[in-house]
Amino acid sequence: MDLDSVYRAEYGRCVATLTRLLGDIGLAEEAVQEAFAVAVRKWDEELPANPGAWIVTTARNRAIDRLRRESTRHARHAQALLLNQPGEPEEVGPVRDDQLRMIFTCCHPALSPLAQTALTLRLLGGLDAPEIARAYLVPEATVYQRIVRAKKKIRDAGIPYRVPDAAELPGRLASVLTVLYLIFNEGYTSTSGDLLRTDLSLEAVRMARALADLMPDEPEVTGLLALLLLVEARRPARMGPAGELVPLAEQDRSAWNRELIAEGHELVRRCLRRGQPGPYQLQAAINAVHTDGPATDWTQVLSLYDQLLAHTPTPIVALNRAVAVAEVHGPALALAIVDELDLPGYHLLPATRADLLARLGRTAEAVAAYDEAITLATNDTERSFLATRRERLSREP
Amino acid sequence: MKQYLLAVQLDESAPESDEETRRQMAATGKVTDEMKAAGSWVFVGGLLPSHASTVVRPSGGTTTMTDGPFAETKEQLGGFWVIQVDDLDQALAWADKCALACGRPIEVRPFNIVPGE
Repeated sequence: MDLDSVYRAEYGRCVATLTRLLGDIGLAEEAVQEAFAVAVRKWDEELPANPGAWIVTTARNRAIDRLRRESTRHARHAQALLLNQPGEPEEVGPVRDDQLRMIFTCCHPALSPLAQTALTLRLLGGLDAPEIARAYLVPEATVYQRIVRAKKKIRDAGIPYRVPDAAELPGRLASVLTVLYLIFNEGYTSTSGDLLRTDLSLEAVRMARALADLMPDEPEVTGLLALLLLVEARRPARMGPAGELVPLAEQDRSAWNRELIAEGHELVRRCLRRGQPGPYQLQAAINAVHTDGPATDWTQVLSLYDQLLAHTPTPIVALNRAVAVAEVHGPALALAIVDELDLPGYHLLPATRADLLARLGRTAEAVAAYDEAITLATNDTERSFLATRRERLSREP
Repeated sequence: MKQYLLAVQLDESAPESDEETRRQMAATGKVTDEMKAAGSWVFVGGLLPSHASTVVRPSGGTTTMTDGPFAETKEQLGGFWVIQVDDLDQALAWADKCALACGRPIEVRPFNIVPGE
């Protein structure tokens, strides 16, 4: 393990602990960064046995030194707090709690969704502002500003650094899961083949793993992890040699990551046994069916979509369910469902219509629907996938 | 302890019936009582509509006066609570109750300093 990987693995954990000790994320980050700067000089020959604990201790000592030099009321208060902390935070319990607190603070609904994402990647993922900027294709200054502003709001508005109580937990946990899911998707749907974007998905998987480890009794957390693993497992097969998108039915199943699939299946079984299905568990279960055996059992997929739609009655879920309806009951019934949906600007609606129309032999209408989908698609890879489908159709007699 | 302003954003272009007003007064009064019982209450006040408002502006050592609210927008400050709680989560929990009681958006804004600290 080199210093870079220690930084990536330990940065968030150390900042979380120092935030508890100092009561301020900004001060905590400064102290941890100073400690890593010391580490660069001292770890030349050999890494300490427990690099994370070393960083926390060093950061804590640095913070005490700095607070001694300052004489503001806040500094004296913080110093008293630090000196009264018993022992080193090596015990596992408190450190785990620190991380959980940090996750809930970063994903607090009083912060904008973009700020939640940036803070989560920074403080939990250990990514720095330039890395986040490259992953989201936005200017570094924008990311930097967003993070600074979010930290300022946390401090000034008094966003607490704690795990929400039982009454608040379901809503607040949903916000955490959404952030991780969005980070994963940002890395997954951008099929430009850019490695940094792939990193974003892996980062989301890593954070979902950590969260599942911290909250083993929350079935939706396990469900999210299972979902991410089962989608990630298919990554090697979802692009052809020329970088083109390969739909699920045409994917080379032998290229799927068997290890991730086995782990995902196990997690799905484990969380569904609890009998409290939620949207992430159901989506994970759907993906478990897709990755089970030589072909998808669509009857099972449809019954899971029925449950998901009952739970989350949104037009996007209804659209995905229609795809399963087409496989089980035929394209005509599915088309009737799709034609009832209102999803302005969403390219997958006309794309799905186009596919159903093509299967019904209504070629001219299908071509028109593909044209609409191509206009609405925002991603080059998806656009060229749709264009290929459209062309194949217009060439057929 | 931190102090927060819970400001009621009132759409003045949509007048409400007397019946509605009475119901909301009763509901918000109940929330105020709860705040008092919990030791979170500092102040509460309802404002007359912005037609009664006057703005005084400083200008070169003197002032000028204009009729009407500072910003001519549809939403105006309709009233507010000042509460004293531990953190934003507690303030948001009160804002939840206030929003449901008066049926209007509530802006939650922390005070710069807690007097006396």
